[in-house]
Amino acid sequence: MSIARTNRMTPYLFLAPAGLVLLFALFYPICYMIYASFLDWNPSQRIGEADFVGLRNYTKLFSDPSFRESMWVTLKFAGVVVTLEMFLGVGLALLLDRNIRGMSLLRTLFILPMMIAPIVVGLMWRYMYHPTVGIFNKTLKSWGFDTIPWLSDGNWAFASVVIADVWQWTPFIFILSLAALQSLPTSAVEASKIDGASGWQQIIYIKLPLMLPVLIVTFLLRLIDSFKVLEVILVMTNGGPGLSTEILSLRINRTASEFRELGEAAAMSNLLLIVLLLLTFAMFIYNKAQDARAARLRAVEEEA
Amino acid sequence: MSTKTYDRQNPAFYALLITLVVMAIGPIYLMLVTSLKLNVDIMSDSTNILFMPTLRNYETALCDFLWYKPEYLRRCDPTFGRALTNSLIIGLISTAITLIIGTMAAYALVRFRFMGRDVVSIWTLMMRMVPPAVLLVPVFGIWTFQFGIDGSRGGIILVYVALNLPFVIWILQSFIVQVPIQLEEAARMDGAGPFQVFFLVVLPLIKPGIAAASIFTFRVAWNEFLLANALADRNSRTVPVTIVNSLTEFNIDWGVIMATGMLLAIPPIIFTFIASRQIITGMTAGAVKG
Repeated sequence: MSIARTNRMTPYLFLAPAGLVLLFALFYPICYMIYASFLDWNPSQRIGEADFVGLRNYTKLFSDPSFRESMWVTLKFAGVVVTLEMFLGVGLALLLDRNIRGMSLLRTLFILPMMIAPIVVGLMWRYMYHPTVGIFNKTLKSWGFDTIPWLSDGNWAFASVVIADVWQWTPFIFILSLAALQSLPTSAVEASKIDGASGWQQIIYIKLPLMLPVLIVTFLLRLIDSFKVLEVILVMTNGGPGLSTEILSLRINRTASEFRELGEAAAMSNLLLIVLLLLTFAMFIYNKAQDARAARLRAVEEEA
Repeated sequence: MSTKTYDRQNPAFYALLITLVVMAIGPIYLMLVTSLKLNVDIMSDSTNILFMPTLRNYETALCDFLWYKPEYLRRCDPTFGRALTNSLIIGLISTAITLIIGTMAAYALVRFRFMGRDVVSIWTLMMRMVPPAVLLVPVFGIWTFQFGIDGSRGGIILVYVALNLPFVIWILQSFIVQVPIQLEEAARMDGAGPFQVFFLVVLPLIKPGIAAASIFTFRVAWNEFLLANALADRNSRTVPVTIVNSLTEFNIDWGVIMATGMLLAIPPIIFTFIASRQIITGMTAGAVKG
């Protein structure tokens, strides 16, 4: 009897520590944030002392031009960065999918930028973009060109931030698409070769369509992550000059610590979270649909 | 492996490869070189390849741990040394806790059928996407006013454990599924309880998964800035926080700051070289099947 009871309780015992931590340190804070987004709250107050203001934080946000600007910068940043990285990463994977010596060393070197701290990545790029001692301007000067205001002009600063992110994250797409390419059925590629397909035709009609499921998931993963970028930009420009590189997570940080408007910061976090949950949900649905399709295909095959 | 033959490629292809490698590690190399330079060399106009490498910047950063006192250093600033200790403690303890309770949870989700299993899996998947910036406000509020653990290492460790758990559970599931259930049944036949089966049979078999998960967990705890910045006080600051604090608008001491950046980057670089295969498995798991 007691053995049966322990057996029934076992899964819950195994789950309990993780469940408790997630409940108290992740789920509860998120609920707390949703509640806080309806409050007028500054960091010196306990939450009980804050006034309930209904939707005022949200209406204030949407009528605030600098919030709209920062929302636009976030979307622009995510769009530009993910597009560039997809093209470069997939292109490189198609190009380097060959039987060459040292491929694993190459992959190891490529994941380095993703592994080191974003703070350090920001530091490196801030140093390279430095107006006088940075390597870019030094090189331009020694070749006799004008120096470029990398981080002090709005448009250039946005471009610089994009370049740094492309440097850091293109390898991610590269590695995922390379893995996808190498797990493609060789029979399809071989068959197209026998039928006389050129290299380009193989890529466009055989390889890319077969890789598509992985590419879509990779795209969504990277898109979700691009909304989380914070430290690199914080170190490089801290959102400036003006608001040109102030993406949403930076603005949340500033609203909370500089303007001391916790309620408003919570409302912003809430909006960001909704965007991310929608994207995650899209990925989840897509995966389920893929699984269902694979199962149906298998069933059809078995019948035949 | 050594019997494998490789295709010959044309020289342009190798030129492209070399360009890519230079682009990938160039900035890291530049940071290393700068951290070995004196400020005079960094500021000089000419891009001279030849300079006297010096460990002086590292000595300045780590002066707290040195057994001798560098004679050029007038006053030893212990900030960085303290931050390094904090980062190590926070990183190691939070990784250990996350892995222990994460593996247990993943095991329960894979092996047992129980009420609410699907709900739990979907929620862990959802929680994976929560960015630190979203947690900033509530964690600051709760840790300060309700739990009273702001400014302590314990408080930071708790956030990191919570932040990493969903990912660890998710990635370990895929490894536990591959453990043959017959092994566990055999152990149970021999009279092992569920906890013995887990610790003595399952754990040793999923070592590669644990390696991948611990690298990812340690990396997040070691690199994270935002939450540590909001929660830490003077005595519990981590390395990323001190680096950002020492970045001022003008007059940055590039040599020393690059040395600290290098010290922060070294552990992840070492992990990458030791366990790149596991890291890539961890990255591709989920996106690429089969």
